[in-house]
Amino acid sequence: MPIQYYLFLSLALFCIGIMGALMRRNAIIIFMSIELMLNAVNLLLAAFSKMYNDSAAQIFVFFIMVVAAAEVAVGLAIIVMVYRKVHSVDVNILNRLKH
Amino acid sequence: MVQLAYLIPLFPLIGFLINGLGWRTVPKQAAGFLASLMMLISFGLSLGVFFEVKNATAAIAPIHLFDFIHAGKLVIPFAFKIDALSSLFLLIITGVGFLIHVYSTSYMHDDEGVVKYFAYLNLFVFSMLLLVMGANYLIMFIGWEGVGLCSYLLIGFWFKNRDYTNAAKKAFVMNRIGDLGFLIGMMLVLLNFGTLSYDSLFAETGGMVMSNGLATAIAICFFVGAMGKSAQLPLYTWLPDAMAGPTPVSALIHAATMVTAGIYMIARSSAIYNASEVALQFIAVIGLVTAILAASIAIKQYDIKKVLAYSTVSQLGFMFLAIGCGAYTTAVFHVMTHAFFKALLFLGSGSVIHAMGGEQDIRSMGGLGKKMPITKWTFLIGCIAIAGLPPFAGFFSKDEILAAAFAHNTVLYVLALGAALMTAFYMFRLYFLTFTGSFRGTHDQEHHLHESPIAMTFPLMVLAILAAVAGFFGMPEVFGEHHLLNEFLSPVVHNHGVHHMEHSTEYMLMGISVSLVAVMIFFAYSRTRKPDFAPNTGLAKVLEHKWYVDELYDAVIVRPLVQFSGFLDRIAERKGIDGAVNGVGRLVRWGADRMRLLQNGQVGAYLFTMVVGIVLLFVLGLFCFNF
Repeated sequence: MPIQYYLFLSLALFCIGIMGALMRRNAIIIFMSIELMLNAVNLLLAAFSKMYNDSAAQIFVFFIMVVAAAEVAVGLAIIVMVYRKVHSVDVNILNRLKH
Repeated sequence: MVQLAYLIPLFPLIGFLINGLGWRTVPKQAAGFLASLMMLISFGLSLGVFFEVKNATAAIAPIHLFDFIHAGKLVIPFAFKIDALSSLFLLIITGVGFLIHVYSTSYMHDDEGVVKYFAYLNLFVFSMLLLVMGANYLIMFIGWEGVGLCSYLLIGFWFKNRDYTNAAKKAFVMNRIGDLGFLIGMMLVLLNFGTLSYDSLFAETGGMVMSNGLATAIAICFFVGAMGKSAQLPLYTWLPDAMAGPTPVSALIHAATMVTAGIYMIARSSAIYNASEVALQFIAVIGLVTAILAASIAIKQYDIKKVLAYSTVSQLGFMFLAIGCGAYTTAVFHVMTHAFFKALLFLGSGSVIHAMGGEQDIRSMGGLGKKMPITKWTFLIGCIAIAGLPPFAGFFSKDEILAAAFAHNTVLYVLALGAALMTAFYMFRLYFLTFTGSFRGTHDQEHHLHESPIAMTFPLMVLAILAAVAGFFGMPEVFGEHHLLNEFLSPVVHNHGVHHMEHSTEYMLMGISVSLVAVMIFFAYSRTRKPDFAPNTGLAKVLEHKWYVDELYDAVIVRPLVQFSGFLDRIAERKGIDGAVNGVGRLVRWGADRMRLLQNGQVGAYLFTMVVGIVLLFVLGLFCFNF
């Protein structure tokens, strides 16, 4: 399968992730969009790894997965705490840092 | 003995340190005693040094204490030079200084700052000794600045009076103007000869090494320094104001010693001045104009100390006239006699002021002679000495100056004679108004009149004797004597172009001046029989207001300067510098006000900005840097 397919798929996933992060107000959706972007990059790395017959990129992917897992733990914990505090996960009302 | 000469300034310094550091703790009586004792020791040492110098056959090497400045090729030692000129000045300073210290113990005894006063006085003597003993111009300059400082401190001694502190400031500023000239002259010497020490400098300029232009430049610069310190036109106005200080200070600093520093400096540099006719001419003219101007002002002054102050300015003018005629030893001779009779007159006026309870206006004095005979007789001797009647001191020195002027130029002589006659007039006007006639003050003052205590009259009597006999050290050769002072000073000071006159001419000059002085004294007597203090008009009013010189300086220099600094304050300082600094602050604050709107707390907005930024960076990288 030509590499272009993987590229376009990855690009599409990344753009969906960006759009989601920018346009949605629900913190969990934004979080998912960010994960989507990360995985788009992972897909790209795996594809290039296959193309160049180089396993280094695959190692990289595992690292990203580990970091993403850790980040999800922290991020979800924050969101849960926010929800407990304000009973909402809408990011637009989370502007108290301004004051 | 000469090798111990460094002890001479050391003792006043010790006195200054004890009194100065312990100005709260030292008892009042002890301060005066200590200061006077230090002066007495210095005077004893000076006497020893003087006689050793007098009997010495060869020149005495400078006393090297340590290297003051040692930088590369430039070496300026802290060394003292003891020779005829400095040993003579040592005697005058410590001798007259001692008498004035003794006088001060009584005059200042009930002043609350008396310990501080004696500390300043000792510091002054220390600086003055440094000035005359230094073996190079730098040491002289240290002393020069030191006496200026002490003069400032002592003029403003009663610092609670605003006028007095203003007078002190005026003296300080005027002196600084002159000091700048001295400093530039020193730089010129250092630049061209690489040394400031008299010995090596004058060995070098003994030949024809120094060009005429350079000699003129250095000589004029030094003379500007002398103008400030010795109160010559145009920098003389501080001296009359300096009378704000205690009277013994006026006697010591502003009559006998400090103001003659300029004469000393020029006599010391005679080799430079001899190389420049122009500078000598300039000095002669300045000296003569000062002598006449100050004498004319003194005629119409009513403050007893102001008369003496203008008289001092005038006598200093005479000294510079002598220098301008190339007769340095004559100038030094007049310094010596003037130190005696002017200190005497000032101390006498102090005695009068003391008896009058602080009153200085001669219009409310009169007839004091009956109550204070010692003051009266000593004051009279001082007046005769300064007026120039033989055989008192002033006659010989002033006559020598007049003779030098006559040999130089007849016009100079006539004008100088005029100033000398004015001197006789205003001094005897002062004497007659103060000590003869009937008392014009209040009844209380009359009741209070008394002769001063012995501590004040003793210095008066000693100085009166000196004022009477000091002239014999400089007996003119026409009387068949050797001119002792000229012979004594000849190894150090080189007179320039002094002609020897016919004996008959010299007798004639003496006859003219003595007879005219006698006429002036009689004139003064007749004018003061029925004192009339109606407001002055015409020329007399101009004289009473000191030719409006202070007003002129105020209008031409002080006021424009104040306006200019006001302009700088309002425009340059407040608008310019403050504006720039505050402007930067305001700009930052204004910018921050705008920028903080970006921090709106909306996470989405932050994200959006970030993405836009990343996209922009990509676009930029793609199109501009092509990677």
